[in-house]
Amino acid sequence: MADLVTNKILIATTSLAGCFGCHMSFLDIDERFFTLCEHVVFDRSPFTDIKHCGEHVDVGLIEGGLCNAENVATLREFRRHVKILVAVGACAINGGIPAMRNHIPLKECLEESYLQAIGIDSPQIPNDPELPLLLDRVRPIHEVVKVDYFLPGCPPSAEVFWTFLMDLLAARQPQLPEAQIHYD
Amino acid sequence: MLTIDGVALSFEAGQTLMEAATAAGVYLPHLCHHPEFKPHGSCKLCTVKVNGRFASACTLPAAEGQEVLSETLELRQLRVRITQMLFVEGNHFCPSCEQSGDCKLQATAYALGMLDSHFPHFFPARRVDASHPDILLDLDRCILCELCVRASRDMDGKSVFGIAGRGMESHLVVDAESGALVDTVIEVSDRAVKICPVGAILIKRTAYEKPIGQRLYDHHPIQAVLLQADQGGGSCDQ
Amino acid sequence: MLCEIVDHHGGEATSLLQVLIDVQMRFRCVPAGVMTFLAEILHLPRTQIQAVVEFYSFLSVTSTGRFDVRFSDSVTDQLLGSRDLATRLCQRLGVKLGETRADDAVSVHLTSCTGLSDQGPAALVNGQVLTRLDGDRIVQMADFIDQEIDLDAWPKAWFRVEDQVQLEGLLLAEELPLGACLERAGTLDAVGIISEIDRSGLRGRGGAGFKTAVKWRFCYEGAEGTLPGDPSITRYVVCNADEGEPGTFKDRVLLSRNAHDVFEGMTVCARAIGALRGFLYLRGEYRYLLDTLLKVLEARRSRGLLGRNILGVEGFDFNIEIHLGAGAYICGEESALIESLEGKPGHPRNRPPYPVTHGYLGQPTVVNNVETFVAAARIMAFGADWFLSEGTAQSTGTKMLSVSGDCERPGIYEVPFGTPVSVVMHRCGADDPMGVQVGGPSGTFIGKAEFERILGFEDLSTGGSMMVFSQARDVVAIARGFTHFFAHESCGFCTPCRVGTSLLRQLIDKIAEGHGTPHDLVEMTQLAAIVKNASHCGLGQTAANPLMQTLERFPERYQERLKTTLFEPGFDLDGALEVSRQMTGRADANAHLTQVG
Repeated sequence: MADLVTNKILIATTSLAGCFGCHMSFLDIDERFFTLCEHVVFDRSPFTDIKHCGEHVDVGLIEGGLCNAENVATLREFRRHVKILVAVGACAINGGIPAMRNHIPLKECLEESYLQAIGIDSPQIPNDPELPLLLDRVRPIHEVVKVDYFLPGCPPSAEVFWTFLMDLLAARQPQLPEAQIHYD
Repeated sequence: MLTIDGVALSFEAGQTLMEAATAAGVYLPHLCHHPEFKPHGSCKLCTVKVNGRFASACTLPAAEGQEVLSETLELRQLRVRITQMLFVEGNHFCPSCEQSGDCKLQATAYALGMLDSHFPHFFPARRVDASHPDILLDLDRCILCELCVRASRDMDGKSVFGIAGRGMESHLVVDAESGALVDTVIEVSDRAVKICPVGAILIKRTAYEKPIGQRLYDHHPIQAVLLQADQGGGSCDQ
Repeated sequence: MLCEIVDHHGGEATSLLQVLIDVQMRFRCVPAGVMTFLAEILHLPRTQIQAVVEFYSFLSVTSTGRFDVRFSDSVTDQLLGSRDLATRLCQRLGVKLGETRADDAVSVHLTSCTGLSDQGPAALVNGQVLTRLDGDRIVQMADFIDQEIDLDAWPKAWFRVEDQVQLEGLLLAEELPLGACLERAGTLDAVGIISEIDRSGLRGRGGAGFKTAVKWRFCYEGAEGTLPGDPSITRYVVCNADEGEPGTFKDRVLLSRNAHDVFEGMTVCARAIGALRGFLYLRGEYRYLLDTLLKVLEARRSRGLLGRNILGVEGFDFNIEIHLGAGAYICGEESALIESLEGKPGHPRNRPPYPVTHGYLGQPTVVNNVETFVAAARIMAFGADWFLSEGTAQSTGTKMLSVSGDCERPGIYEVPFGTPVSVVMHRCGADDPMGVQVGGPSGTFIGKAEFERILGFEDLSTGGSMMVFSQARDVVAIARGFTHFFAHESCGFCTPCRVGTSLLRQLIDKIAEGHGTPHDLVEMTQLAAIVKNASHCGLGQTAANPLMQTLERFPERYQERLKTTLFEPGFDLDGALEVSRQMTGRADANAHLTQVG
């Protein structure tokens, strides 16, 4: 469902348990961003500071995996509102660096961080209801919602974003050339 | 003569299908196979269809009249899934791995066009052994190809490595009561240290001699690298 | 003491598994120091010893209890309430399933089918067999264990194993006079014996149905470039008594009541192929038969039926040793069995070459099933025509069936090949069953519409396991149990089986627990094809059979469990927050997640 006024494609983006590196890489398409904006409008995204998805969004780009309850809620909001959901980058695809905590029990992680680490003067596990609760393991997003496309890389290069979006805009089946497939 | 995807190629008596294909310049994906070792047949990436039946090219003797299929949609899909299995059963976080760019698992996945892990990740608890002054063992990345096991036994004459356990519990073990690599007779010059196709066995203090982005498979597809190496053009091990 | 054990088994590297089994009995584990010591005196890499210890279910690095109880976890045991009994025993004893109690008094485990499906629920305690367990026995057992009462003082009835032969056919009805077949074999040469076996049409009784005479002939002829029957080439006869296919137990019965026939068949084979040495590979679960079998071997030696110049025939020399397994289904696969005989983990070998030319220690080796040897012995004694009097053209003779599950008369049924399943169902008192698992989990699940299908290599090929399931049974739960079995028994050698069977287990768990979506069924079907097509050996190639065959025959049983949603996570999302909730004491709305949203 393209934007009714401008007939442009609506794109939403977010970063879950990620580092925003994928977003930075997206911006590395540089001046091509202007070309892109002739065809797309950004909905919910750190680029626009829009906080929630509009009712019908065409493409959702998700950076980062799921490390807490809020990530799950955000991911679900995207899945509800976007037509094409894209896992962007290593963390969204396999949990990435945050998932390296997975072999340490969450209890130990929290105790080490908030109770036992050197330099802590009032040891307590943060429990403010505003804070999202951590999942016991960091998960890739395809384990919680159906994902339509994957753009690997840490981050995916600007070329990957460009290839993918140009394919989509041209109504081609997105296809990354082998040279653009990287996991690091 | 036999054919692979309709292209005829000749072979010598005693050659496996993998050897015949390599000699003819046809790349069949593989991880546990290495031309200097007896065929192993465990990774199953070289699965092909021979006269309608599935077989591992690395262990199957080449034979007259074989009609081999390799680059079919079905077999490509099967190989992608097997590669994804290897990724999800271990902890393969390429961005944090010293071997990224020189890793055959990663490069094979690139060649297969693998974009995601498809399956749920197991995230197993695996051991990291940093006890040895020169060699690091990170079992998170071990794909159980047994190349180090074979190299240590058959080339170094040491049997430093072995595979213990069963099924998903299978894991690499070292020849020491303590279980620590430092208590084995391994040396940094051993073939076993250099043969690991992934980043499970690493030589310390060499990790970033070559920056990420300038490594072997960053610029050369594994098809070309392995064909050249396996045809005798020099080793592509670490 | 270790040296004694090593010496007792001959001190060869190939005896490693036998040594380790004794060490486990003695120490209730294989301590790290013992592994190092054995590596030195057996001249083996320590890694191989650790590999063996960690491969077999009955060996362990950590200590088991002074009473080590292992409940048979076959689906048929489960139907009889075994899981509940195991849980109750654990509760009474204050021990967690799969663990050893802090005082080392007891450990309780589940184990793959122990071959007593017709008299379950069954269990092993320190290697001894317990049958027909029930709630009362569990209560008493717990008391005995807590009071550390020796097994000798437990009621004898608990250990009683019955043959339960319900129907005798060619093999079982007729008594084979001791030595009768060897007398005839002694007068024949290799060609004569093999041609008689060939004429009988005998095919392997393990399920695969390879022609026995062809196997023997290939072994006799040896590897390419050697002369047929060349006496300078060492050949071996191996009897596969690793009866691990869930639901089968006919080899146990044959070993109990027809042990002489088994050994006689092996000896005939040895005469044919020119072997001097044979092995009976006895699964660890049947260890309780070991002493009796050793006595039978001793008796045969003293009667001149084994040893040098058998029955006075010059140069007819043959001896048989018994090797124990230690809990690994894969060792029923002939090349894995050979690896195990050599003292290694049971990883199936690459083929070619085949065991008939490159088997035990790389030498020509015949591996046949227990029942095959029994049949061969009788064919030799009574002639091929006797055998040909029953069965079909492609499947001659009879087949011993192990019938268990929902029927009035479980036990052994020997029927001519060609018998329809319906006849067996009628015989065993299975009233209108939902389906039968023919040939165990790796075989074929048939629904009642297929009961006129016949048992035989031309239709339902089977090693003999027949598990009957009544209409009240949940077919998805049955397939799930079998899928767990394969994931547990996968040897781990090849990727598609090692990882694929565990992925299949996850998927069927998700579906069976009501969290599956139509997408998961598609996923399961695609994954099943990959595991089947790419796996190294028969285990992986058949591991998805139970899922695919029941899905094909009972799609509605799967459909009715599926959610209509597009997607659901394969793990408990809200459960994934539990640790966080506990540590923060939070219970607000944001401290929970719905499974689908």
